[in-house]
Amino acid sequence: MFGRIRALLVKELLAAARDPRARFILIGPPVIQLLVFAFAATLEVKNVHIAVLNQDWGGASRELVERFAGAPTFTEFVVLKSEAELRAALDTERVIMVVRIAGDFSRDIAAGRPAEVEILLDGRRSNAAQIVAGYAQAIVDRFNADLMTTTRAPPQKSALVVRSWFNPNFDSLWNTVPALVAILTALIGLIVTALSIARERELGTFEQLLVSPLQPTEILIGKTVPAMLIGMAEGTVIIAVGVFVLGVPFSGSLGWLYAGMLFYIAAIVGVGLFISSYAQTQQQAILGAFVFMVPAITLSGFATPIANMPRWLQTATAADPIRYFLVISKGVFLKDMGAALVLDNIWPMAIIAAVTLTAATLMFRRRL
Amino acid sequence: MTAPAVEFEKLVKRFGAGRPAIADLSATIPYGQVTGLVGPDGAGKTTLMRLAAGLMLPSSGRIAVCGFDTRTAAAAIHRVVGYMPQRFGLYEDLTVAENLDLYADLRDVVGPGRRRGFDQLLDFSGLAPFTGRLAGRLSGGMKQKLGLACALVGTPKLLLLDEPSVGVDPISRRELWRMIYQLVAQGIAVIWSTAYLDEAERCAAVLLLSEGRLLYAGAPADLTRTMAKRSYRVCGIGSERRRLLTDALRLPEVTDGVIEGSAVRLVLVEGAIPPAPAALGYPRARLESTAPRFEDAVVARLGGARKDESRLGAKRAVPRTSGPVVEAQDLTKRFGAFTAVDHIDFAIRQGEIFGLLGANGAGKSTTFKMLCGLLKPSAGSARVAGHDLYRQAAAARSRLGYMAQKFSLYGDLSVAQNLGFFAGAYGLGSGQRRAAIERMVGVFDLKPYLETNAGLLPLGYRQRLALACAVMHEPAVLFLDEPTSGIDPLTRREFWAHINAMVGRGVTVLVTTHFMDEAEYCDRIALIDAGNVIAQGSPDELKALAATQDQALPTLEEAFIALIVRQRARQQGHDRAAA
Repeated sequence: MFGRIRALLVKELLAAARDPRARFILIGPPVIQLLVFAFAATLEVKNVHIAVLNQDWGGASRELVERFAGAPTFTEFVVLKSEAELRAALDTERVIMVVRIAGDFSRDIAAGRPAEVEILLDGRRSNAAQIVAGYAQAIVDRFNADLMTTTRAPPQKSALVVRSWFNPNFDSLWNTVPALVAILTALIGLIVTALSIARERELGTFEQLLVSPLQPTEILIGKTVPAMLIGMAEGTVIIAVGVFVLGVPFSGSLGWLYAGMLFYIAAIVGVGLFISSYAQTQQQAILGAFVFMVPAITLSGFATPIANMPRWLQTATAADPIRYFLVISKGVFLKDMGAALVLDNIWPMAIIAAVTLTAATLMFRRRL
Repeated sequence: MTAPAVEFEKLVKRFGAGRPAIADLSATIPYGQVTGLVGPDGAGKTTLMRLAAGLMLPSSGRIAVCGFDTRTAAAAIHRVVGYMPQRFGLYEDLTVAENLDLYADLRDVVGPGRRRGFDQLLDFSGLAPFTGRLAGRLSGGMKQKLGLACALVGTPKLLLLDEPSVGVDPISRRELWRMIYQLVAQGIAVIWSTAYLDEAERCAAVLLLSEGRLLYAGAPADLTRTMAKRSYRVCGIGSERRRLLTDALRLPEVTDGVIEGSAVRLVLVEGAIPPAPAALGYPRARLESTAPRFEDAVVARLGGARKDESRLGAKRAVPRTSGPVVEAQDLTKRFGAFTAVDHIDFAIRQGEIFGLLGANGAGKSTTFKMLCGLLKPSAGSARVAGHDLYRQAAAARSRLGYMAQKFSLYGDLSVAQNLGFFAGAYGLGSGQRRAAIERMVGVFDLKPYLETNAGLLPLGYRQRLALACAVMHEPAVLFLDEPTSGIDPLTRREFWAHINAMVGRGVTVLVTTHFMDEAEYCDRIALIDAGNVIAQGSPDELKALAATQDQALPTLEEAFIALIVRQRARQQGHDRAAA
């Protein structure tokens, strides 16, 4: 029995390694996706264009405008002359923010009265606008603080100090790379298994397997184990690129990460085998893989927090293995997540894996 | 004088370096007749078709199709040529009518003529009752007819058919020919490529290709005539025909030999004196001169059958067992309300070649699949080497070898890796495995190809590798599902030499086929129609069963058709009486 399974394992791994198209699918897209996600799907706002409409002629307003103009985040700085120009600049999306300083700004400051700076944002780009507003707030706060020291005015009684833990600079790579470890590993594990049986059906080799003494269970083991090995290898490559090329810190235990990954890939491989047992052709298998993958990613909390979803949908995410491994991956990468917390996320995946692998076995036997 | 339909002039086609696929070929294809295109695998038949269809351009030389040069008037050629490739592009998820519609749209067939053309094509192909059926649900023969109908949309002047009869049963094949004869009567030119020479014999002219060169062009009968007094039948040899064939092929005066029921057909080299029965080792055998066939002539032209004996016979014999080796008892398979196989019984003795024959959709493949464990019977039992295929599946399967028509090999794995995998899948231990692989490499001469990917092997070697993978674990029973479908005569002879050698040492063989020269190798045949065995016996017994006053000596193909037609008529009579 072990000899037969070993023959299957060797064959599966050889088939993946020798088929130039399979080799490309395993290596090309994940690397491309890693780079695309790492550099394109960033949540930081860079290359921001802003404008200023300064209706005040005093020194204080000039000082503030200087500070906006000098901020490195804002790559283009437009000086507007009228309300009409202001409206046009926002309308045409030439700028995302306009800073308007009213005519009595310098006078108010000189008199020690509260002075107002108005910020107009392009609400159509709400995410970016919020972040830009944050930048603007920081500049104004700094201006305020400096003003107080120079005028020796009494300092504010309390100041809010924001400090981000785990990712002190809000570096988005630190966030995306651990998530990509989860998503790309799942994608490859799923595609490899979804194609495996369907391809043999198309080639006619499946019948050849079925007439051999190989038992259905042995065939399934022979399909599961290589897919898991390939998935783990894929995960390893992404971790290595993330840490050594993209410079994401790794602060937790590699052992726990792999422990989580093992159950995670088992759950995904179960889904893949289920699809592959059901599909008649490789085309159907690929479609089936996407039917699973797209909602699974959406529900995982990768792009939007699960807490923001309606309650019934939050319940549905409990069945999504990506959700749990996403927590483990981010936790182990960024904060040395504790064993208890890791285990909290492993047992649901173990249950999911048991369910999907059983379903795959049943489907496989039914379709014999 | 009108121009010919196709004119090949000093045609050369090269793919990369090395031997050209078509080398300096000049020939003409006239209107109003079927021109056969024959030759071994790799001869360039498909390349020639694709060149004539304007799908690729010659490296040098010229092709004129219906007066148009393929280099300059490809668009005009597409309008006058109907091309049916080996795997015709039917859309399996569309119905018969939708497929026809699609091809009509693609060929810009519009207006009132379209409806009329459809009606004619449907009537002509016999598909009129099935217009609403999905193409994927048609039987193999009906698919080919629909493919032909689609190729005929827009009434082409030249019809190119690339192996249209592969996977088609004799009855459907006969209907396909009837359709083609009607077309040529209307003046269409047809090019029909085939690996089957009995089919080529029906063509008005043939082009015989080998390695891209034209060996012969002309009427098949003219080539056959050159073989006069070289074909003999050896009769009266009882059950020794397989050994006699092997021995006879060793003689220098014999160039080719095949089994024909209980006799052996031998073809002598030119000018040779027929060997005495004693020289064949069977003093009681009778040698009868017989009329040559086109196949005799072609094989002789191609250099004769391989003379070296199969080394599979030298292996140790399968231990003798009493009782049947393969047994079907009350075997039944129902798909919903439809009974595909209806209480079939037969038993195959050790060392027999047993053929399962039947039209497409008769239940032959379903029976075959139940006997090798690919389908679970609804009722009844299937036993192999004494083991029930469902109760003792692993034990039964370890005793059977299986080879399907598609050569189910892993194309991206090398020859050595394929052998290694199948040795492992059959649970051979590492020592045994090495010995088995070494033996197979020796028997099938695979050494030069060990590191080659299986998908890149020449067809003959691919077939050898498939057989090697199927017999490596020394099975007691070999299941062959249309094993030489679409394979050229020389490769087919080599394949059967290996099978005969194995049978000689006690292996039992179950084979399905649509080709009657293959069925002639069988000891016994079960003819299946509508899920029942309608006749069982040796090829000669079936021929005798079908013999009538008009036709005292039917061929096996004629017998096949006659028996099925007779059975269907009887069944209709019963149905009418019951109604």
